[in-house]
Amino acid sequence: MSARFRPGDRVRVTAERPAISIGRAHIRTPHYVRGQDGMIAEVMGPFRNPEGLATGGDGLPMQVLYRVRFPQPQLWPGYAGPAKDTLEVEIYEHWLEPIHAA
Amino acid sequence: MPHDGHDHHHDHQHDHAPPPDDPSFSSDQALGARALRLLLEEAGVLEPGEVARQIDRMDGITPSMGASVVARAWVDPAFRKRLIETPVAACTEMGIDLQGTHLHVVENTASVHNVIVCTLCSCYPKPLLGIPPDWYKSYEYRARAVIEPRAVLAEFGVAIPDSVEVRVHDSTADLRYLVLPARPQGTEGWSEEKLAAIVTRDSMIGTAIPKA
Amino acid sequence: MSTNPERRGMHDMGGDPDHRWSGPVPRAEHVLAPWEKEVDAIRTLLGRKGLQTADELRLGIESLSGEDYARLSYYERWLRSVVHTMEVKGILKPGAHAAKVAELKARRP
Repeated sequence: MSARFRPGDRVRVTAERPAISIGRAHIRTPHYVRGQDGMIAEVMGPFRNPEGLATGGDGLPMQVLYRVRFPQPQLWPGYAGPAKDTLEVEIYEHWLEPIHAA
Repeated sequence: MPHDGHDHHHDHQHDHAPPPDDPSFSSDQALGARALRLLLEEAGVLEPGEVARQIDRMDGITPSMGASVVARAWVDPAFRKRLIETPVAACTEMGIDLQGTHLHVVENTASVHNVIVCTLCSCYPKPLLGIPPDWYKSYEYRARAVIEPRAVLAEFGVAIPDSVEVRVHDSTADLRYLVLPARPQGTEGWSEEKLAAIVTRDSMIGTAIPKA
Repeated sequence: MSTNPERRGMHDMGGDPDHRWSGPVPRAEHVLAPWEKEVDAIRTLLGRKGLQTADELRLGIESLSGEDYARLSYYERWLRSVVHTMEVKGILKPGAHAAKVAELKARRP
């Protein structure tokens, strides 16, 4: 399966729970990155969707997993470290939407 | 724990109940664990002795395995490249079976210091480093490592200069992370074995720095 | 996120949104008790046999009450989740685990 995003792409993490989610909520996207803008650091390839695997399902269709990078001061107002500090989170493709340059 | 029934030398065929004077086996938690094992054995899901064998296998996995990988990467630039690009194959090369784990290696450099946390649970490269330390599973570490990594590092005695980027990795999904620490100065000419001895468990999580 | 209809679980603690875990990281380490190793091993074997995915384990833990999540030890939470999954899959009858614990307890000297 082909990945929708490439390294360096700007993406936004969905704030709403994506419609593709099934069953009882088991979500690997932490709340603190929802609605946040980040950058694709690396494309990790397709993996079974944990939202299905958690409820006895097969986790198909697979979702491409990305490592997405965020600037720390953007995530945490009043962040105590240098502006260059970053955080990376693994996020599945159905939680990401593209940001187009304004 | 001389009679715990799970030491390295016990007879797997003889899966007897441990002696009643072992307090760890008479606690309610211990009864809960044993009840589960017995029920799963009765259901045919687990074979008698299978749990003891798995415990022995896990006991055999220690951070020294990860340390040997790091030390090899320090002395062998080609291996270092393979470890970063194809970590599972690189570990296989060293006789380490990652049991299906998708290992991801992040390298500390002069400009980046990496720290690993799993805010949602306790994801950890168990086939390479063994059972995670208590602090890694603590709610304080999980809650704080993402929002104030430098304060957490300071508690571990690690001060990262402001000129170096601290990069936190929240291990939320399918990857399991190994920090490849920077080789300390003053270790020139050291053997791989001597180098491995200074690679601590915490340095492979990012909360310590190897010292010569 | 106010736009998100889904409530945040207690396990989702990155950034300490509940302001509960702001103290120092506890650094004491304990050697795993035999029963903890037993739970770890059972869970690993069930995962390998395809009887409980990592996500089923996680969901079982996330579904604990906030009180239990805060009170139970690490492997107690695992144990609860494994028993739950085994019951959902019909491998254990509901109540069978509690009954077995009671039986073992009665035999305890």
